[in-house]
Amino acid sequence: MAELLLIARLAGRRIAFPAADVEAVVELEGLSPAPRAAPHVAGLSALRSRVLTVIDGLAALEAGRSDGIVRDAIVVPSGGHTYALLVEEVEDVIEANAPPVPPRAPLGQGWDRVSLGMIEAEGELFLLVDPHQLIAGPAARAA
Amino acid sequence: MDELINDFIAETRDMAQALSGAIVAWEAAPDDRARLDEIFRFVHTVKGNSGFFDLPRLQQLSHAAESALAEVRDGKRPADRALVNAVLAVIDRIGELVQALESGESVGSEDDEQLIAALSPEAAVPALQPEAPPAADTESKKAVRSIRLSVDLLDRMMSGVSDAVLARNELARRLRDLPRDVAIEAAFDRVSQCIAEIRDAITRTRMQRIDSLFAGLPRLVRDLSADLGKQVRLQADGGDVEMDREMIEMIRDPLTHIVRNAIDHGIEKPEKREEAGKPRIGSLKVSARQAGNQIIIEVADDGRGIDGEALVSKARALGLLTAEQADRLSLAQKQALVFSAGLSTAGEVTAISGRGVGMDVVRANIERIGGVVDIDSRLGHGVRLAIRVPLTLTIIPALTVSVNGQCFAIPRSAIDEILRVNGGAVRIDPVGEAEVATVRGRRVPLIGLPELLGVASGASRDEQRIILLKPAGGDVYALLVDAVHDHEELVVKPAAPAVMSAGLYAGTTLADDGRPILLLDPSGMAKCAGVHFEEGELDRHLAAGTEQAEAKARETTLLLFRTLDGGRRAVPVGLVERIEDVPVSAIGFSAGKLRVALGGRILPLAGCAAAPEAEKLRILRLTDGETEIAYGFAEVIDIRALVLDLQGAAVPGEVAGAFLVDGATVELLDPHWLFALHADAGAGQAVQPICALPEGDPWVDNMLRPLIESLGYRIAKAGDPADILIALENQEVPSDANVVRLRAAAEGEGSVYRYDRAALIGALAAARPAQGAAAGDRKHG
Repeated sequence: MAELLLIARLAGRRIAFPAADVEAVVELEGLSPAPRAAPHVAGLSALRSRVLTVIDGLAALEAGRSDGIVRDAIVVPSGGHTYALLVEEVEDVIEANAPPVPPRAPLGQGWDRVSLGMIEAEGELFLLVDPHQLIAGPAARAA
Repeated sequence: MDELINDFIAETRDMAQALSGAIVAWEAAPDDRARLDEIFRFVHTVKGNSGFFDLPRLQQLSHAAESALAEVRDGKRPADRALVNAVLAVIDRIGELVQALESGESVGSEDDEQLIAALSPEAAVPALQPEAPPAADTESKKAVRSIRLSVDLLDRMMSGVSDAVLARNELARRLRDLPRDVAIEAAFDRVSQCIAEIRDAITRTRMQRIDSLFAGLPRLVRDLSADLGKQVRLQADGGDVEMDREMIEMIRDPLTHIVRNAIDHGIEKPEKREEAGKPRIGSLKVSARQAGNQIIIEVADDGRGIDGEALVSKARALGLLTAEQADRLSLAQKQALVFSAGLSTAGEVTAISGRGVGMDVVRANIERIGGVVDIDSRLGHGVRLAIRVPLTLTIIPALTVSVNGQCFAIPRSAIDEILRVNGGAVRIDPVGEAEVATVRGRRVPLIGLPELLGVASGASRDEQRIILLKPAGGDVYALLVDAVHDHEELVVKPAAPAVMSAGLYAGTTLADDGRPILLLDPSGMAKCAGVHFEEGELDRHLAAGTEQAEAKARETTLLLFRTLDGGRRAVPVGLVERIEDVPVSAIGFSAGKLRVALGGRILPLAGCAAAPEAEKLRILRLTDGETEIAYGFAEVIDIRALVLDLQGAAVPGEVAGAFLVDGATVELLDPHWLFALHADAGAGQAVQPICALPEGDPWVDNMLRPLIESLGYRIAKAGDPADILIALENQEVPSDANVVRLRAAAEGEGSVYRYDRAALIGALAAARPAQGAAAGDRKHG
């Protein structure tokens, strides 16, 4: 089954999201902070008449914060709410060659939690990332 | 009423339609319990509603069908073909009657009896064949006054209009950059106005004050209590809470059921209530409030409560529970059995509410809209049922405020007052690390929103504003913000869990310019800031717990009351031990003074010249720490913290002086004069029995001891002899002592639950050997 992948760059790496999970790619207009929310929440933004909860992809990986980096965001509906996932850059949508396979080695702290496996597309190997896990954030690891 | 009856018609028609599948399935398999329950619920609901709307024919029919079905449910009779047919015929007749009700026609009532007779097990007559339901042509006979829309459609309209508003705002910004053109501006203004009107209309189609839900209750309560020979006082609060229309409709039936149950099964007859030491008139409180992102509707009665054990044995008898399962249930779980289909502790089945069946319908309906029903009951003391439903898509009037340029919204319902920091009305004092604001003599904790949110304040203290907030179920506190902007009507949606986890927010919303705004949760903020308030503060005010008010402003907290002759007087709350109703028979002239007998003691009675005519007298028990006197009065007006500006009395007397409250004169009692005149030294103590308490237990020291003392007992010093010994669960006691044993668990035997005040008082009185002796001593001595 050919799966469509959205290729983006996060924490300096090129990663793939299942395109079926992604509603849109947008450039955010304005970001209102949400004080005392979970640390990986960058704030709130609006898309048309909906409130987007903006998730800082870097903070979700516990790899710092993406303050001041390009505001490309992937819009992902999850659990009845709509989220905007901040990434460094959105590159392309491509077709996967084969289903994902489990990685053979540990990927590193943040990545293990969000990984859906490795996936090959157009001759390159990407890490397939579960956007819902990114949204759940570091706190979800314990559960 | 018209609106309600239209709703009833539409709803019954919808339900009958939805049920037709179940009826067919039941006909095919009469043993199918789920179908049976579904049909049973339908006739039960019709019975309830028709009782409410006074439609006797519908009520008779549905009651008969319900009784027959109940027998099937209880396994007392099989669901044979004759019964199925008879029930179907009744359901069809209900459909016809409802249709007739709508179009204003009449349906012959001759064969109602026959239909009902067919339901009885002995029915010899062949059951009527269900007629084909009348075709749709009758529907066009009368213009329909309302239509029902799916909420999905309304949602789409709503979000469409929200988009239109944002697009208009965008257009407005663009237009401002262009050279002015009067014609375009006029056209734009018209579009703006249209959008605003549409938005308003759609908003209103969705929202309704919860009043409309409460409107039917007084009548319902009146009729029910009259039918049952009970006396019930209904108190409804929070009717101005707004709720999604859909939600209100979904809650209407469950609420009616709950109220019915409370009156029918909960509240006892006046004589029984008197025996149990409760006021003759039962109390039923219905309240609605918004708490965080939920609306909570609470129904509390002071009736007999739910007997968890009786429910368990009923459930065992019906085979719903095994013995092991029953043993593992907690008290709360036992009480929650009341929600199981077919369970009830009601001894008899009445036409009013029935067999506890309402409760499974209640829960099913509430859960369908994502809500929760909590039940809390103490046997003998009543039931408190709380329906919690989510606040999705509710419109909240809110105030927008900002901190360092960032906007937040505060629900207007929680806002008491907005003040300027540098205005004369407020004083702010640092107390340790915290701050306390004094607003016209009333001290309230101060929470800085910037500190709470962990952001820097963008304004100097003088420019800041103070908002007095009164969250539902809590006490007033002051919130410091940088600036107050505007009142807006906001459509609130729940925020993402990662945002809600902050505990500060009730939801998110979009302002008119499309910015996202977080709605602050007033009680959540208080909790986060560590300001704790006790729930039900108001109730406690009138009982014993004025501790809070006292602690805040001891010297100025006054109880305002109306005297027996109608005057307004006040007394410092600190002097008031408790407020009590005493029977007039307990009042008498003895030793030259009016006195009142209270729990084995005799207190001097002030405030009235002679025993009043009424059956009961309400008294304040005033204490100076040593002696007590009673002061008769008519009613409590308020409890207020005031800065006294007293105009002294010309001559010393009962009144120390007068002052102004809300522009009216109030006389302040002179407690010193009262005590000097009335309290003959030692009069109270002579008959105080002595109580020994367990030592070194904080609960005893902080909670029990004050209660025991307030009841007029003296506490024995360690080692002293005592009349009564109060012991905790596992404490060893001498065998010859008069022991009152307390337990921590609500249920149990041979001891008194430690929060059961009435039982404790009773047990103390019973264990009191000295009472008779002491009284006897006085007579002889």
